[in-house]
Amino acid sequence: MAKKDSNFISARESRRISKENIKITKKLDKKLNRKHVPESEYLTKMHDESNVLEFDDLHTYFFTDVGTVKAVDGVSYNVPAGKTVGIVGESGCGKSVTSLSLMQLLQRPSGQIVSGEIRLNLGDKAYDVAKMPIDAMRHIRGNVVSMIFQEPMTSLNPVFRIGFQLDEVIQLHNPGMSEEEVKQRSIDAIKMVGIPDAEGIYQRYPHELSGGMRQRIVIAMALVCNPRLIIADEPTTALDVTIQAQILELLRELKGKINASIMLITHDLGVIAEMADYVVVMYAGRIVEKGLASEVFLDPRHPYTIGLMESKPVINKTVDRLYSIPGSVPNPVNMPDYCYFRDRCEKCVERCSGKYPPEVHVSDTHIVSCWRYFDDPKRGGNE
Amino acid sequence: MSERSENVLEVRNLCKYFPIKAGLFSRVVGHVHAVENVSFTLKRGTTMGLVGESGCGKTTVGKTLLNLTPKTSGDVIFNGNVELDKMSAKQLREFRPKIQIIFQDPYASLSPRLPVGEIIGEAVREHHLVPDNELNAYVSRIMKSCGLFDYQKDRYPHEFSGGQRQRICIARAIALNPDFIVCDEPVSALDVSIQAQIINLLEDLQKEYNLTYLFISHDLSVVQHISDTVGVMYLGNMVEYAGKEEIFANPLHPYTKALFSAIPIPDPTVKMNRIILEGSIPSPANPPKGCKFHTRCRECRGVCSRVQPKELDMGNGHMVACHIYDPESGYDKEEAK
Repeated sequence: MAKKDSNFISARESRRISKENIKITKKLDKKLNRKHVPESEYLTKMHDESNVLEFDDLHTYFFTDVGTVKAVDGVSYNVPAGKTVGIVGESGCGKSVTSLSLMQLLQRPSGQIVSGEIRLNLGDKAYDVAKMPIDAMRHIRGNVVSMIFQEPMTSLNPVFRIGFQLDEVIQLHNPGMSEEEVKQRSIDAIKMVGIPDAEGIYQRYPHELSGGMRQRIVIAMALVCNPRLIIADEPTTALDVTIQAQILELLRELKGKINASIMLITHDLGVIAEMADYVVVMYAGRIVEKGLASEVFLDPRHPYTIGLMESKPVINKTVDRLYSIPGSVPNPVNMPDYCYFRDRCEKCVERCSGKYPPEVHVSDTHIVSCWRYFDDPKRGGNE
Repeated sequence: MSERSENVLEVRNLCKYFPIKAGLFSRVVGHVHAVENVSFTLKRGTTMGLVGESGCGKTTVGKTLLNLTPKTSGDVIFNGNVELDKMSAKQLREFRPKIQIIFQDPYASLSPRLPVGEIIGEAVREHHLVPDNELNAYVSRIMKSCGLFDYQKDRYPHEFSGGQRQRICIARAIALNPDFIVCDEPVSALDVSIQAQIINLLEDLQKEYNLTYLFISHDLSVVQHISDTVGVMYLGNMVEYAGKEEIFANPLHPYTKALFSAIPIPDPTVKMNRIILEGSIPSPANPPKGCKFHTRCRECRGVCSRVQPKELDMGNGHMVACHIYDPESGYDKEEAK
């Protein structure tokens, strides 16, 4: 059985692949590492001025020694100004890689944006982040777009004081500021995230704080430059429910205060339902369903979304047996060319063996990628 | 070695203190009160859920029950008459297969150097549960009942996904034909869809082998799904203990209420009346006097910071440790703060 394994590749094959990979990644890296690139090269126009961010057919691949992993394979969605967009999916579905592409924090050289546009609205102009060199990206990161990571334990540097780490961000993006001003702004940020005794905390080291407090500091760090967009990558996964409630409350409150958009990445459907205005459901690197939160939660269409919702036990709703989606995610190296979910789907129709399903508009905002809704988007025929 | 009694496990006033050592000669300068006065009984074939924030002592309860860390005081009685700490090493060894544990992290709890068949079969052989010539077939049968395939017997743990590894951990525990399994956050490290598979597997095995579980988790929705009784812990104390329906329909302790209201519900139309707890859990090395929860409690009055509440039986096996429900505490007479 082991020999028939489709994952098996010979050493020679592996060498050939890595040689090819080096060629591709070197070329892409060279483009990113250039200095003094004219702004005009990555200047672009938003399709809709009311959006802060537009992903347009983004492809992010990882060139590994066993083959190319298409972590993000044609993802398009928008983040409107002042709204929260929730991205759900299982681990490995590419939800984090999408946000890392936006921050250009991919593990290089193997991880590369291959094609597609990421249009970022700066107010008076718009940049295509996918084409931006690293040099220019430094002014965007932490300034216009900032990120809250999953692990508050590991995202703070243990050898520097909290105050130093906050000051660093401000000084970097506001070179002319005096030291007193910087300190004042850091302390204001600590106060803003609801920590009492801000001056005391300013002097502390990360290990002296609890998990919830550390996550608050990470949030303060993300907010300190008044970003237009905050990416929250599983901000509450490592925290207890009671602390999670505190942090979600804080995020909601702050969003109103600084008028930023939030991209909330999580696998907890409950958190999404509570926070998000729009929901994007991802599976194996592609979007299977997106729409308003009310549409996706009350009227889920894609079999994967439905399965995901049924497999999660919900308080005060008793079922005898949990639904579990059969099978597992396909091997990311050789993805099939038919619908990625077909082999696990219990509602397959004949067409599912054909090419990957196109996007079907159920309503103006509700889009689903499934053949069952192709003929009749309202009802989903073919049953 | 013991006749089957109705209660698989009886725990009375279980305490576990960890010493804090400091200084040049590592003198004991204090104690971390990890578990204090926890009592409950567990009927055969049922599941008890143990919930609480991290650091409240859930895992320590599980480990102390199995004598993986020796308890400080109290009684832990299996099958009506077996007490692990009073046994000789030989007796303990004979009893060990009856009590098993499944750990939280399936990546860290399997030896990377052993093939799966050996991981599952090793303890079976050690305890001579089946004759040596039948061992191979026995392991295959156990693997099959846990949703693993025969050909995977020679593979190593790194070749498996998280969900499959957790199946191996479950198979390893089941193989010894136990009465009682401590499940220490068995699904926390897994994805939602895999979680459902593992929960279903645990339920199926419970029916098949008449197992008793102590299910430790911080995910309340999972606990509600799988448990028959639920215990809520806060800072080493069991603050509330009741049947599942009873506790979710009618939570009494202010902490339980806050905990339940904090669960996000996947329905955007539901607006929760959320009780947000201020601050975080105090240090168990220096717990607050009186009721340990009084520093974060909304209903706190003077008596709460002075007197430790007694465990009260509210009927229906619903236990709660809170002054609000104790007419003798004098809570009613005091002004709200």
